Amino acid sequence: MQFILSALRAAIPAGTPLLFGTLGEVYTERSGVLNLGIEGMMIMGSVTAFGVAHTTGNVWLAILLAALAGGLLALLHAFASITLKVNQVVSGLAITMLGLGVSGMMGKRYIGQPLDAGFTAVDIPLLSDIPIFGPLLFQFDPLVYLAILLVPLLWFVLYRTRWGLSLRSVGESPATADALGVNVVAVRYGAVFFGGLLAGVGGAYLSVVYAPAWIEGMTAGAGWIVIALTIFAMWDPLRALLGAYLFGGVRVLQYRLQPLGISPNLLAMLPFIFTILVLVASAGEAMRRRIGAPAALMQPYTREER
Amino acid sequence: MNGFPALEVEKRRTVPRWLQFIAPIISLVLALVAIGIIFQALGIDPLFAYEEIFNGAFGSSYGFSETVVKSIPLMLTGIGLTLAFRARFWNIGAEGQLLIGATCATGLALAFPDWPRWLIMPLMFIIGFIGGALWGIIPALLKARWRVDEVITSLMLVYIASNLVNYLVYGPWKGPEEMGFPYTSKFSEAAQLPRLSWTRIHYPTLIIGIVIAVVIYLLLTRTKWGYEIRVTGENPSAARYAGMSYLKTLLLVMIISGGLAGLAGVGEVAGIHFRLRYPEGISPGYGFTAIIVAWLARLNPIGAVLTSLLLGGLLVGGDAIQISLGLPGATIFVFNGTILLFVLGGDLFARYRIRVKSKTEG
Repeated sequence: MQFILSALRAAIPAGTPLLFGTLGEVYTERSGVLNLGIEGMMIMGSVTAFGVAHTTGNVWLAILLAALAGGLLALLHAFASITLKVNQVVSGLAITMLGLGVSGMMGKRYIGQPLDAGFTAVDIPLLSDIPIFGPLLFQFDPLVYLAILLVPLLWFVLYRTRWGLSLRSVGESPATADALGVNVVAVRYGAVFFGGLLAGVGGAYLSVVYAPAWIEGMTAGAGWIVIALTIFAMWDPLRALLGAYLFGGVRVLQYRLQPLGISPNLLAMLPFIFTILVLVASAGEAMRRRIGAPAALMQPYTREER
Repeated sequence: MNGFPALEVEKRRTVPRWLQFIAPIISLVLALVAIGIIFQALGIDPLFAYEEIFNGAFGSSYGFSETVVKSIPLMLTGIGLTLAFRARFWNIGAEGQLLIGATCATGLALAFPDWPRWLIMPLMFIIGFIGGALWGIIPALLKARWRVDEVITSLMLVYIASNLVNYLVYGPWKGPEEMGFPYTSKFSEAAQLPRLSWTRIHYPTLIIGIVIAVVIYLLLTRTKWGYEIRVTGENPSAARYAGMSYLKTLLLVMIISGGLAGLAGVGEVAGIHFRLRYPEGISPGYGFTAIIVAWLARLNPIGAVLTSLLLGGLLVGGDAIQISLGLPGATIFVFNGTILLFVLGGDLFARYRIRVKSKTEG
């Protein structure tokens, strides 16, 4: 029991950067744009947040600027894929490379530097006083709670508001949305930018909270797992929560199994093997339930002459 | 509707030939300018950096020989990617296919140290090809059977391959005489590729690469199969209607694409290192750089021979500025990412023209 609780306790922070990233990508893809640049945006968030926290000591400022760094890179993808209508796969890939490169150059001076600033855990009143469960499940840093709060909020906006309706319609049928007076280009720019902001926060969580240090390439594929999680989540914020913590659990398992004498290199394969399995399972489920990606995903929109 | 931003892209009726040729060159120049701006912003003198890169890659006979050395894996992998991308199969996992090819060849070389060169060398290339091909068809099968997105699966397989190599060189394959380094034992003389005089150019692999480029080019332009690949990529349902098998085309494309990346891996272990090492020691991301090789060549396999030389030079020059300017290894990704973005944009400017929309229109 204690083991399960402590594993759960560890899985939630491990899954939090994935949750931020996935929530953003869900919105981006709902607008009909595929953003494969998440890995690059996350790592730009990581280096920006570490740099700002290291020099100013202000972690909230660090998170804010990391979000902007991710958002800025996302705007580049938006310009390429929405305005210039270039291939979204290649554009996203290029942006990931760019993010990995620029973050490496920016971060060189921070390698091996300690970070004094950080978040203190927030006790949820009453709940954190429950014996055993309380300290295990209700004492996290504020960003964990922020991510959890975003889940129902983004679900509500997506399915219950006019904004969400516009977003979904642009991703399903941009021509219809356009005819109904929705500004397709503006909605898509907004969704891609928002996705970049959250990816930046996810990256910041890694370098400032989860493992406070700057290591070149420290996202180590997290951005790609986010893309897979978005498919697993069937483009639904609620399922994103489940998927992110599940993967957080796999990451934790990877370290918990090491003392058993299994090679760390073999254990390091776990999240990636698991990703492939999850994608296959999601594909099967999507076929059965006839749920698919947003119909206009990866399709640039050009208004027909009238 | 108020255009946001007020740019409109429209298709050209015909693409002038000169523009097809000149567009990648202009994109490259613009990319270099953009990289210069990034360097300047990070406090590095771009002119000095470019001078160092050029001198490092092309300024001496040693530098140029190293450029050729690095172009070999880029060429083989890049040729394979032109095929995959023509079929619109986004094989992002060539890096993993390369590593598996290197691993398979190493296994053979270590298992049979007594075999003569005429036997072991061709077998190493064959088993490397098979290994890369098998690694490459996993995402193709998943895509054809369950419509699983190949970008993610092929990339996840890179991480798995890389961890597998690490496991082998730190574990069961670690050479007892390698002083604790994560290397396997050295190959027998017979399993080492010959090199051109004082250089590290393992010319058999280079020749294989050039021959394959020509063969694939002919296959693409002179056979029905080349046509099928294109139709499958552009319109899968039309291809199916015309009686082409989606699965068969994808499998064939990925056997070749993965197999060629595997050959590149064989060249690295048999021609450069004579052993398997940790993954970053075998390949500084050749499989990813090859994406740019293919794209810059506009998916033409013979063009890929030329662009691999260019990107090989960039890798050598990148190493040079890392040392002289104290830059991190990731610097090369700034080049890769920016060039890819601009090439993508350049393609577009060749096919479309852009006009600024005034508010009164539309």
